[in-house]
Amino acid sequence: MRYDQARWSETDHYEPLLIEKRSESVEIEDSPLPDDLTREELTMPSPAEPELARHYTHLSQETYGVDSGPFPLGSCTMKYNPSLLETVAADENAAIHPDRPEESVQGTLEIMATLQDWLGSIGGMDAVTLQPPAGAAGEYTGLLITKAYHESRGEDRSEVLIPDSAHGTNFASAAMGGFDVVELPSGEDGRVDLDALTAAVGEETAALMLTNPNTLGLFERDISEIAEIVHDAGGLLYYDGANLNALLGQVRPGDMGFDIMHYNVHKTFATPHGGGGPGAGPVGVTADLAPFLPRPHVRAAEDKYELYDPEHSIGKVHGYQGNWLVLLKAYAYIRRLGDAGLAETSKAAVLNANYLAEQIDFEIPYGPSHHEFVASAGDRDAANVAKQMLDHGVHPPTTKWPDLVDEALMVEPTEAESKETLELLAQAFDGASDADQETLASSPRRTTARRIDQVEAARSPRLSWRALEDS
Amino acid sequence: MLDAIGADDETELFDVPDSIRFEGAFGIDAKDEFETARELEGVLSQNDETTSFLGRGHYAHHVPAVVGELSTRSEFLTSYTQYQPEVAQGFLQALFEYQSMLVELTGLEVANSSMYDRATALGEAATLATRVRETSGSRVLVPDLLRDGQREVLENYAIGAGLDVETYPSDDGNADLEALAAAIDDDVVMVYAENPTVRGTIEERLTEIGNLADGHDALFCLGTDPVALALLEEPASVGADVVVGDAGALGMGHAYGMSHGLFATRESFLRQVPGRLVGAGTDESGRRAYTLTLQTREQHIRQERATSNICTNQAWVALRTAIHAAWLGADGLVELAEQAVRAPKALAARVDDIDGVDAPVHDRHHFREFLARTDRSATAIREELHDRGYAVHALGEDYLQLCVTDVNEHATDGLVNALSEVA
Repeated sequence: MRYDQARWSETDHYEPLLIEKRSESVEIEDSPLPDDLTREELTMPSPAEPELARHYTHLSQETYGVDSGPFPLGSCTMKYNPSLLETVAADENAAIHPDRPEESVQGTLEIMATLQDWLGSIGGMDAVTLQPPAGAAGEYTGLLITKAYHESRGEDRSEVLIPDSAHGTNFASAAMGGFDVVELPSGEDGRVDLDALTAAVGEETAALMLTNPNTLGLFERDISEIAEIVHDAGGLLYYDGANLNALLGQVRPGDMGFDIMHYNVHKTFATPHGGGGPGAGPVGVTADLAPFLPRPHVRAAEDKYELYDPEHSIGKVHGYQGNWLVLLKAYAYIRRLGDAGLAETSKAAVLNANYLAEQIDFEIPYGPSHHEFVASAGDRDAANVAKQMLDHGVHPPTTKWPDLVDEALMVEPTEAESKETLELLAQAFDGASDADQETLASSPRRTTARRIDQVEAARSPRLSWRALEDS
Repeated sequence: MLDAIGADDETELFDVPDSIRFEGAFGIDAKDEFETARELEGVLSQNDETTSFLGRGHYAHHVPAVVGELSTRSEFLTSYTQYQPEVAQGFLQALFEYQSMLVELTGLEVANSSMYDRATALGEAATLATRVRETSGSRVLVPDLLRDGQREVLENYAIGAGLDVETYPSDDGNADLEALAAAIDDDVVMVYAENPTVRGTIEERLTEIGNLADGHDALFCLGTDPVALALLEEPASVGADVVVGDAGALGMGHAYGMSHGLFATRESFLRQVPGRLVGAGTDESGRRAYTLTLQTREQHIRQERATSNICTNQAWVALRTAIHAAWLGADGLVELAEQAVRAPKALAARVDDIDGVDAPVHDRHHFREFLARTDRSATAIREELHDRGYAVHALGEDYLQLCVTDVNEHATDGLVNALSEVA
């Protein structure tokens, strides 16, 4: 398919900045405050509403989303976001102040309590907090719980074990929590190497963080043995829920032996990614760890829903109760699907990934794949392949990661794509595969902007329109 | 499709041992779209209809219809982190413009494209303080009136950085400078103050707080929001090194605490900034184009040596903040901020006229909100106001806190009448 993205352009830029259209400076005088408590002046763009509407409409046209076309960005689960979710989140009864007393927000608390229960069932966990505002915040919450749990037993464990194929957030969250990171080399089959794990665990092991299926799309078949090794050493097993879409209704983290997990509701439960967020990263735990959950926690009492502080709570991880509107959308999505729909989701996601893998001409060194696979661009630069794919009207996969695969292309089509769209994607892959070096290097040509010089942008950072004026 | 793969059914594709396969049921009934919407509408209607005079860190201003309309254009809503900038110029430019507006408002050179909320932004500021300081330190000083929830989040970020969070006293709502001077030493890495404070008072000695911090090589972190910034002293001019706050006060409205965290700082700390930064660069056609930049600070490149673990953030809320700020323009922003000074003053005067109530408690200038002292139990009054359809804060048994902005100013007559009945 041919594709030309919208492009509003002048000689030296695309859509002008708001400040270049109309700006206004106001001197602060005759304000109701004494002069020494106020600023002197304020300069801001000041478009009329029609100009504002056109500006942001142009910017939206210069943005590619799931509603524009397929978006097989590995590890990000860019599935279609049903419009219903926006409708329910716009309910004016959802627009409440966070300090409203619990008796006046029973509707909100009921939705939260029910969602906690549903997520607990889906993950095989005994208790769930909805407070963490994103996946990485969920990881951090889980690690704070890990720390508090070990301390409650009089133990000070300093190490968190993380496979080399894991998401970058795992390493960063562990470091933020003050843990030493021990990186586990993957085995030749791309999975956890049991010998390496056995050698690494010990009395300093606080937890092992694991994604399953891992970032190569492989299921850690030895998960029960892995759990036993970690538990025997006194450590906890943490499940990074980024890839949960692969397993919905088929196998549950709790049944694999995980003690703590986070859910990425913006991935698995179809809440829109919003250009980078907000998401939500609820955390589930086993009954032993429930007393450590963030406060306040929601529960059903006899005739109402209430907030309470878990006995050994780690405190708070968000100023209030997290990203409420995102949680509300996740509730709507789960309710639409129900048990059967959730199980069908993972089946379709895994089928789609395997079908697409079968259709493309790239080598896929590891398997069997689940919801995603990692292909190798071989002697081509994976970044160039991705840029070429843009000209075919599709979003390319995640590139150059994980490191286990040379010039990696990490592909996750999701359950939302039809057979025809998967074939379109395959054509885009193969089109890029067949392209000569010159075409690859000069791609993309049909997008709003041509290839951007990343090195220059980082070498002389210009991060505001003030910086543009100064440069 | 199964034929092409060579499988009989999807179940075969799962490389999962039988022993752990899930054979049970979640017990979640599916509903069609109409029934799902109806269910949620019904449950949410159990939230009371209340006119809110609540504030204390989470504020609502009227969000113009155009913000909702434009921000929910599906290309914005359904896109993600701009790993392929050539095809994401629109969102990148919107974030670049958001950053630029915060640079104008704070006077600092760098604003990132969002933290989760004010509390987590404050936590990130503390860890930044440990990274940019030449000598190590272990103390962070915060106001004693800081909300418990915010302090707990800060403490949870401080744990890994080996920091202790301590409070300094307040004096009639604002920072007690003498007590702060006595508390500070070279072991302090950051001093945090808010303007306006959580009680709505406007700090009068910010420059002195900044100087105190600077004298001990500690960062001065200022908590605020974009509406207050339009009128109150510019953070850069009072020596602030980091500005954090609830940027969703523009663009988001009440969402049970969902918002987004403002984070701005000095250019000299650029390489230590957490989160996403959008920069302007040039594309092959020679045109200005935007891209995520300085990504070597971030977790997907630097792993455990990253400046933060943040990945997914609140970008879409930042988009809304930018649209709202642009809709207001400089004039509208200043006007909204001036109203946030006039409205609480006017309401306090009326509340003060009620027998059994004195307001404002603090002899300060106020922004959006103020405290009122009550002769009767404040919690009893709060309950009775709730029965009359008004939500207010009670602080202990002696104080009410009332927050008034453009969205509830129309209801002040009713509030004053109700308060007259129950005070």
